Amino acid sequence: MPHTRTPVVDGWFAGEGDGFRLLGTRCSSCATVFFPREDVHCRNPHCDGGSLEEVPLSRSGRVWSYTDSRYRPPSPYVSDRELPWEPYALIAVELEAERIVVLGQAAPGVTVADLTVGMEVEVVPGVLHEDAETAWTTWHWRPTGVRA
Amino acid sequence: MDVAVLGAGMHPWGKWGRSFVEYGTAAARAALADAGVDWREVGSVVGADTVRGGYPGYVAGATFAKALGWQGARVASVYAACASGAQAIATARAQILAGLADAVLVVGADAAPKGFFRPAGGDRPDDPDWLRFRVLGASNPAYFGLYARRRMAVHGDTPEDFALVKVKNAAMGALNPYARYRKRVTAEEVAASAVVADPLRLLDICATSDGGAALVLSSMEFAHRRGVTRPVRIRAVSTVTPRFPNTVLDLPDIATDSAVAVGAPDETFRASIARAAYEEAGAGPGDLSLAEVYDLSTALELQWYEDLGLCGEGEGAKLLREGATAPGGRIPVNASGGLASFGEAVPAQAIAQVCELTWQLRGTAGDRQITGARVGISANQGLFGHGSSVIAVR
Repeated sequence: MPHTRTPVVDGWFAGEGDGFRLLGTRCSSCATVFFPREDVHCRNPHCDGGSLEEVPLSRSGRVWSYTDSRYRPPSPYVSDRELPWEPYALIAVELEAERIVVLGQAAPGVTVADLTVGMEVEVVPGVLHEDAETAWTTWHWRPTGVRA
Repeated sequence: MDVAVLGAGMHPWGKWGRSFVEYGTAAARAALADAGVDWREVGSVVGADTVRGGYPGYVAGATFAKALGWQGARVASVYAACASGAQAIATARAQILAGLADAVLVVGADAAPKGFFRPAGGDRPDDPDWLRFRVLGASNPAYFGLYARRRMAVHGDTPEDFALVKVKNAAMGALNPYARYRKRVTAEEVAASAVVADPLRLLDICATSDGGAALVLSSMEFAHRRGVTRPVRIRAVSTVTPRFPNTVLDLPDIATDSAVAVGAPDETFRASIARAAYEEAGAGPGDLSLAEVYDLSTALELQWYEDLGLCGEGEGAKLLREGATAPGGRIPVNASGGLASFGEAVPAQAIAQVCELTWQLRGTAGDRQITGARVGISANQGLFGHGSSVIAVR
């Protein structure tokens, strides 16, 4: 069993259980939100640029679209080539407050047959893959109210 | 502002297992022969880079110049992913209009890997293209699947509509000696192919191919001196970037821009690519005889109908079903057979689109000929925010 949990990317999400959130940044001058986070300069061309402060994104949003990966993606995606490929769903989610669409993998067990455009989903902690030492953690989208 | 298309040439698309240099050089020799221009007369060569082979296509322009025989021409090389070819054409045109060169050779060629495109190797978490594979395993077809599902939900498109695009394009590709796939396809065959990225199936998604395409562009004066009184002319080249906030999820991004501070623009990025070309050409969708669009997937072709203004938003599938975009229709799209018949040879593809427009406007497209073609548009979009659209007239 792996004994450390490491985020697949630093600083993109934090928290446990119901407190889990994606982390973006917000410009203190124009209030534009960035995910993945911008930490150097605001990208709004109409903004002179304020400081960029870390901000948690909304926990839930609505499905903008979805698909799945029926074939094993190429590297740098990591998967166990000894095992048969298990397709997983990808969901693009519209967050109303941030007016942004964020892509993510669906939680294990959620298939395209479970999804419709416009349905509510929430962000939950997940594991992308594990090796001998490390569980590489990520975010997943899961239909609201469904428990793992 | 016109430049003349004196020559067009291609190496057949396929999976030939040889070097991109060979494909590009063959296409260049064909374009020069078509133009009746001796390579030694060419004042500038512009290469569209492939990322295969290291040093982006050995820094393409010089590699093709060396293969053709060093003759001292000015050289430039460009990379803009799928839009590389249009940027090569734009560079050549700018040199001609600035009086820096009379005749310019534009070349793009690729030798594609089998299966999914993938990012360059190494551990590179600062690269959005690397990240989407590492974190999500989101291949290009996954994005095509997202767009297709969105169209189904918002516009009511069906998988049967998508299959009809393949049927139409395969029928044209069957007539094109440069196409990789030269067999007609039925809707049943599309429906029986494996799902790759729901709702899209293998025959909805373009392959990756080897191929090469080249053009000889010149000033109008140079063309007239050569006795070419009515050449095909390039009237517009759009290479625009998106406007903030870009609210359509674009390859290879994990998220859109936020529209919380600045509202979404009136038009999408793809629509702005075409509008910039129309404005430069002083033309509109009603002037077009034909269009070559980037059908990375069948569903994306329908999206382009709307983005080019061939029909209203959400009416792409209706336009297809009416037969308007088939040969003999009001505005035939992808008379070449499109990516559905070629597969994608990235830096060659936007050049190949203009080769097809050239042959159609000359009236030399053989069995694929669109009767009376006078104005054609090409459109494509490159990874990371590269617009590409060319309007050619005769």
